[in-house]
Amino acid sequence: MRAVGRARWIGFKTIVLREFGRILRIWGQTIVPSAVTAALYFVIFGSLIGSRIGQMDGVDYMQYIAPGLIMMAVITNAYANVSSSFFGAKFQRYLEEVSVSPLPNWIVVLGYVGGGVLRGLLVGLAVTVISLIFTHLPVEHVPSILIAVLLTAIVFSLAGFINGVFAKNFDQVNWIPTFILTPLTYFGGVFYSINLLPEWARTLSFANPVLHMVNAFRYGFLGRSDVDVAMAFSIMVVSAAVLFAIALTLMERGTGLRD
Amino acid sequence: MEALAVRGLVKRYRNGVEALKGVDLTVQEGDFFALLGPNGAGKSTLIGICTSLVTKTAGSIRVFGHDIDVELEAAKACIGVVPQELNLNQFETPETIVVNQAGFYGIPRRVARERAEKYLTQLSLWDKRHKMARTLSGGMKRRLMIARALMHEPRLLILDEPTAGVDIEIRRSMWDFLRELNVAGTTIILTTHYLEEAESLCRNIAIIDRGRIAESDRMDRLLLSLHTESFLLSLRTPLERSPSVAGYGLSLVDPLTLEVEVSKDRDLNELFTRLSGEGIHVVSMRNKVNRLEEVFMRLVDKGGKATVSP
Repeated sequence: MRAVGRARWIGFKTIVLREFGRILRIWGQTIVPSAVTAALYFVIFGSLIGSRIGQMDGVDYMQYIAPGLIMMAVITNAYANVSSSFFGAKFQRYLEEVSVSPLPNWIVVLGYVGGGVLRGLLVGLAVTVISLIFTHLPVEHVPSILIAVLLTAIVFSLAGFINGVFAKNFDQVNWIPTFILTPLTYFGGVFYSINLLPEWARTLSFANPVLHMVNAFRYGFLGRSDVDVAMAFSIMVVSAAVLFAIALTLMERGTGLRD
Repeated sequence: MEALAVRGLVKRYRNGVEALKGVDLTVQEGDFFALLGPNGAGKSTLIGICTSLVTKTAGSIRVFGHDIDVELEAAKACIGVVPQELNLNQFETPETIVVNQAGFYGIPRRVARERAEKYLTQLSLWDKRHKMARTLSGGMKRRLMIARALMHEPRLLILDEPTAGVDIEIRRSMWDFLRELNVAGTTIILTTHYLEEAESLCRNIAIIDRGRIAESDRMDRLLLSLHTESFLLSLRTPLERSPSVAGYGLSLVDPLTLEVEVSKDRDLNELFTRLSGEGIHVVSMRNKVNRLEEVFMRLVDKGGKATVSP
């Protein structure tokens, strides 16, 4: 039994390390773009427009958007890493290397998610460093920061995995990020407090999971949140569990993988 | 022990195509087994099901006694597969590819690196270990897939057209390598379109046609089922017309080449004596077609159902 556990651990590590190798090999596509985008956001929304906005929810606007921009980078990168890497492996057929091996499907899912989390955290760290060039970031509650960023990366890695399973071409890998993920992120309280919105829009915003993630993360830095932080963590845990169950079921059925 | 036992295997695709129609197949441990069939006969589907890349509709498969429906992980651990189509990550190096493959089978990195050196060296790829896979030639990629399949030292190696598109010299060296592997105890199942390859390497054979096993037998016994054999004789001096020798079917291909069909109950000595008597001197002789090819063509009747030669 221990031998089986050790073999699975080695298999899991192998997938994660392969993903890590891929992230580093194509760093110009995986790390740099989000860092550059974040820097532009800080220059335009923070320095140029932000100075006219003044304060948001009682803090400097640049400080207010920094946690949201970090989280935005984590979300898009965790998602993109798994969806594109898994689809690429499927498209080039080297996913068969894993499929013919004795690794159980849940390890394969966790391995790819591990890769997505790793990229999400790496890019999140890069954007954090850039944000520190533009503003001071206080740290109010470290556990909230760590739990929020980790759970968010896991949730969106799992979502990216499901996208990779269903995708039949590269266009389908980009549809969800373009038409669902980006609007959810922009309406997820990255740039504004939902207290500025009319009642109906505020109520609607609570249905957006990104709002809860961004606010739980912002709470860790600034001690401010538009949502109940405990509720936000619950939503993240339940989302991760549901998405993992879906991903595993798809793998067991061989959806998009086996005839 | 049975390395592979397939019973009543059926595969029906969603579009209604029945690729396998109740296949029964047994491969004994230590065998070098040929699985032949025309394109679309069901060979790759059969291999795909054995390696769990294709889902079966009905039937059972046991790999060294492990039922894939009950002990899938144990069954998978016994199999190494070299697929027909290239399925390498083109942006990884040979060393990374094989070391990672070992990792998927739970083999620690230290052991994986030792095996990587062993198999990449044996397959003449060690000096290319740091090159991107996409920069390798077609033959090198095929050999890399063999090295990858061997990293967990499987008891059963399945090779789906491993020498397709490989030049003769490399093909011969791959044959030698596979023979050594088989002698060392690895059971090998080979599909190929080079029938000379199957005849040279394999002891047992199954011919699959339109989703059914048309024949499964020992290679030598199957070749014995040929009742006649055709040879081409190169002549020293040109002839204007074909000579006539009772009991032999002779025809002139060109003035210096004579085709002869010899039935199993006759020998060639008699023919050569009679030809010498008529002043015809044979310089050299070769088979008109590969013997297995002849059996294969008789079994795989393109026009209707598969038939066995009389």
